[in-house]
Amino acid sequence: MELLSFGKTGWGDELLIATMMTIAVSITAMIIGFLFALIFTPLKLSKSKFLNLIGNSYTTVIRGVPELLVIYLFFFGGSGAVMYVASIFGYNEYIEINAFITGSFAIGIISGAYSTEVFRGAIQSIDKGQFEASKVLGLKKPVHFFKVIMPQMLRLAIPNLSNVWQITLKDTSLISVTGLVEIMRQSYIAAGSTRDPLFFYSFAAVLYLLLTYLSMKLINKLEIRYSRGY
Amino acid sequence: MDFELMINSFPKLLNATLITLKLLSASLIFGLFIGLFFAILRVNKNPIVNKFAYGYSYVFRGTPLLVQIFIIYFGLGQIEYLRSTVLWVILKEPYWCAIIAFSLNTGAYTSEILRSAFQTIKPGIIEAGQSLGISNKIIFYKIQIPIAIRQSLPAYGNEIILMMKGTSLASTVTLMDLTGVAKYIISTTFKPIEVFIVAGGIYLFMTFIIHNVIKFLERKYSY
Repeated sequence: MELLSFGKTGWGDELLIATMMTIAVSITAMIIGFLFALIFTPLKLSKSKFLNLIGNSYTTVIRGVPELLVIYLFFFGGSGAVMYVASIFGYNEYIEINAFITGSFAIGIISGAYSTEVFRGAIQSIDKGQFEASKVLGLKKPVHFFKVIMPQMLRLAIPNLSNVWQITLKDTSLISVTGLVEIMRQSYIAAGSTRDPLFFYSFAAVLYLLLTYLSMKLINKLEIRYSRGY
Repeated sequence: MDFELMINSFPKLLNATLITLKLLSASLIFGLFIGLFFAILRVNKNPIVNKFAYGYSYVFRGTPLLVQIFIIYFGLGQIEYLRSTVLWVILKEPYWCAIIAFSLNTGAYTSEILRSAFQTIKPGIIEAGQSLGISNKIIFYKIQIPIAIRQSLPAYGNEIILMMKGTSLASTVTLMDLTGVAKYIISTTFKPIEVFIVAGGIYLFMTFIIHNVIKFLERKYSY
């Protein structure tokens, strides 16, 4: 227990900050994932074969390739790509991207592929009559989407989105390979300097369990809120 | 695009795929037994047995696979007692540590898949067996398990693909599997996109094969 004390002698404060970092990366990645889903779900549902192909390749490739490989792609390729874009605009200095941004983006793209599938499934299982009814009533497109489709879609999507959240949360542990100090990386550092890997990795497991447990509680509440009236 | 690098790295990556496949098949076989064992415990009526099996699957599904590998590979070696037993022969090898971690992980998911399959079997089927005078044991092994396996095929197919992606974590404990070799080539040549295309292509090809085999099995065993 001494090892977990706060201050200079223990690892308690470092691990607490690392846990915050894990939460921050997970939430950022989840939001980036939603943005990707917002782009790719309409593509997957579109009537155009070509747009369908783009949407499908995104979800198939990302869901068929290991997360670690995607992270390596971003870790080694990220700054290169940004520097290439910058050089077009005439900026030729070396640009280093922060590990937080690279990591959240890599995990976000993975999480986005899963979210896309969830949203697609949810929209497809909304009763067809709802689309027709809002068309017949002459609702404008934004009203149709935000007031009719979205609330129904959310209710159907939340249980599956909670799975996506769990996957995203656990995937953030892989960012530790890029050196971002989240739970896994901090445990690795602590295990290295105290020669007590069993304790620190087990403690990391407990932290992850706690995070998944608490987030499940929270999501259950959301689920109840969005199924009011059913 | 450096096509020469892509062509040159292809045989190396293909060679590393063998390790990935070995890890995958070993973990799936052990995982299936572990999963079946815990699924049977889960449908047991004794609350202690039941809770134990639930706890197992909760812990392994609630923590990242990376933590599990690190605990087994780095953590268990710390216990002095283990070092003096026969187990140490296995636990000092990263290869076996990876297989143990993967098997325990996929076992937890498999037990959930099989449990839900057991619970969705219509009671009428079991009652029909009972009224025909078949003993409970035979009903379980010859009726419930085959139906459960058929029902869990789609979900189990997903689990196989997830596990295949999971084997990439073996590269974090010094094993040179497909991802490990891909990372090595990337870090020596600094050509991430080319290597990603080749290695990702191999992974996608495996996903494609697994997906189709499962679809074929589903059609074969549909009723």
